[in-house]
Amino acid sequence: MTDTPVLGPSVSDISTGYRKSITRRAVIVGTAIAILCLTVLLDIVSGPFDASIGRVIQVILQPSIATTNEAVVIWGLRLPVALMAVAVGAMLGVAGAEMQTILNNPLADPFTLGLSSAASFGAALAIVLGWSLIPGVGGLFVTVNAFVMAMLTSLGLFAFTRLRGVSPEAMILVGIAMLFTFNALLMFLQYGASEIQLAQLIFWQMGSLARATWEKVGICVALLAIVLPYFIYKSWALTALRMGEDKAAALGVNVSGLRLAVLAGVSLLSAVAVSFVGAIAFVGLVGPHIARLIVGEDQRGFLPLSALCGALILSGTSIASKSITPGVVYPIGMITSLIGIPFFISLILTQRKRHWQ
Amino acid sequence: MSGLQVSGLEFAYGRRPILKGVGFAPLPTGKLTALIGPNASGKSTLFRLIAGLLKPSSGQVHLGDQDLAKLTTRRRLQQVCFMPQFFTANAALTVFDVVMMAQKQLRGWKVGSADIDAVAKALHQGGIGHLSEAYVSELSGGQSQMVSVVQALVRRSDVYLFDEPTSALDLRHQLDVLSRIRDAMSDRQVTGLVALHDLNLAARFADHLILLGEGRILAQGPPDVVLRSHTIASTYGVNIEVTVGPRKDLLVHAY
Repeated sequence: MTDTPVLGPSVSDISTGYRKSITRRAVIVGTAIAILCLTVLLDIVSGPFDASIGRVIQVILQPSIATTNEAVVIWGLRLPVALMAVAVGAMLGVAGAEMQTILNNPLADPFTLGLSSAASFGAALAIVLGWSLIPGVGGLFVTVNAFVMAMLTSLGLFAFTRLRGVSPEAMILVGIAMLFTFNALLMFLQYGASEIQLAQLIFWQMGSLARATWEKVGICVALLAIVLPYFIYKSWALTALRMGEDKAAALGVNVSGLRLAVLAGVSLLSAVAVSFVGAIAFVGLVGPHIARLIVGEDQRGFLPLSALCGALILSGTSIASKSITPGVVYPIGMITSLIGIPFFISLILTQRKRHWQ
Repeated sequence: MSGLQVSGLEFAYGRRPILKGVGFAPLPTGKLTALIGPNASGKSTLFRLIAGLLKPSSGQVHLGDQDLAKLTTRRRLQQVCFMPQFFTANAALTVFDVVMMAQKQLRGWKVGSADIDAVAKALHQGGIGHLSEAYVSELSGGQSQMVSVVQALVRRSDVYLFDEPTSALDLRHQLDVLSRIRDAMSDRQVTGLVALHDLNLAARFADHLILLGEGRILAQGPPDVVLRSHTIASTYGVNIEVTVGPRKDLLVHAY
């Protein structure tokens, strides 16, 4: 009845508990950043050209002391690759996290909506038929084609949601239709391709960081600098969306508007990532899941940690791709899964909580 | 603070009319009004129209002199706090997180010390302090409903709409939750409207009843009057007898 004493922990216990969880979250994010710095350094050090960690740090902090060789290898080759791994990993992690949030689906990642197969098809148009969708881009036409096709696909998705309303089910179904359409078209091109073209195409699809340049790193960082602040600004609304559309709407979230705006951001992130490094499906799916298992889905922890997990996976992959067989750099697409999955499975097994029943 | 007033509200889903001209005089502030009526009588739709989540084809909602249609959805939802019907979420969010979400009302990234204390106090008063660190995906139906109520009450609004806040609760928690809602309304001197299926709870806690049926308001007034009217039996399609219980409260019997 009304005079029943209120049981349970006191007010100060409850707030202390929450403050602790905030501190814990900050420590986890800080640790992830520290580990990321370490993997970036290892990434720069590893490879056929011998350089000690100490020397690498010196050269990075003080470029003027580098010998010609060091300048070429560290500044010209390895730094762009290492930073590209971080930037693309973060882009895919963020894209996957928000995709899963707005579509309310644990299997969503940047590629669920057919973006990666569209990009592969665009690349195939360039490699097999020699077509450039935008004239005058010179040697970059494979990348540009891939980007254009991915963006066209998400524009198609936008047009569809305009016609039929913005429901997650419809978006996923249309995305899957796109996926199969582009896969079929891709096979069509592969069937007619010469052996050399086929090899080139398959290598492109496997993904590689070797195509990294400072310009590409700059583009990725600039894009992150535009999209991330928007996601951060919308973090409460995105968190609220996980409580269901009804609840979010009752709190004042414009659910359809938010879905479309986030979809635009996610499309840009994944289209750029895929066109620069090829189709790397695993990172965008698993990065956010790892983050969710560790800090939960309050976007204020979930968003940064998803980005960091994505970056860590890809940075680790970059190291592994060079270290497995000395002198050989494997395509990263096949290694992401190999190093990520054991870690992921062990996390699932050790966590008792299940959030997607 | 002046009360909530509705006039001539009409709404249809496609061609199916749901509300056919619903209106009531300003509801008293500091009191609890219960919205009763059979299933599919339009209770949830009426709530959504008042909250501004649906647009009426005609009619107005006023809060005092303010026409709510003139406000932005965001602003309107700050004045009108709407708790949707029973929910379960599978999110990896703690109970504290989701109440904090309501406390922050989507503003700002930072969580201040005052926010944390306010949420902790609300959880404590709501009797769910022990669940603070539990994930909402692990809660039972009744527990999630109590979280929902705390989420609504932590917000400072002028009108509170609760869509069946007790449907999943056991006896003790039904009484707990409804008396907490009633006390909050009278402490804050604001308008509270609760949709209820249980007429006995409505009789016990509400100062005013509104009976909704087939898209119209069929009766309104004090529980004593509405529950004893003939309309209520015909609306629900059952025989209803009202007696006075051992503590001078109304008891509703349906046959």
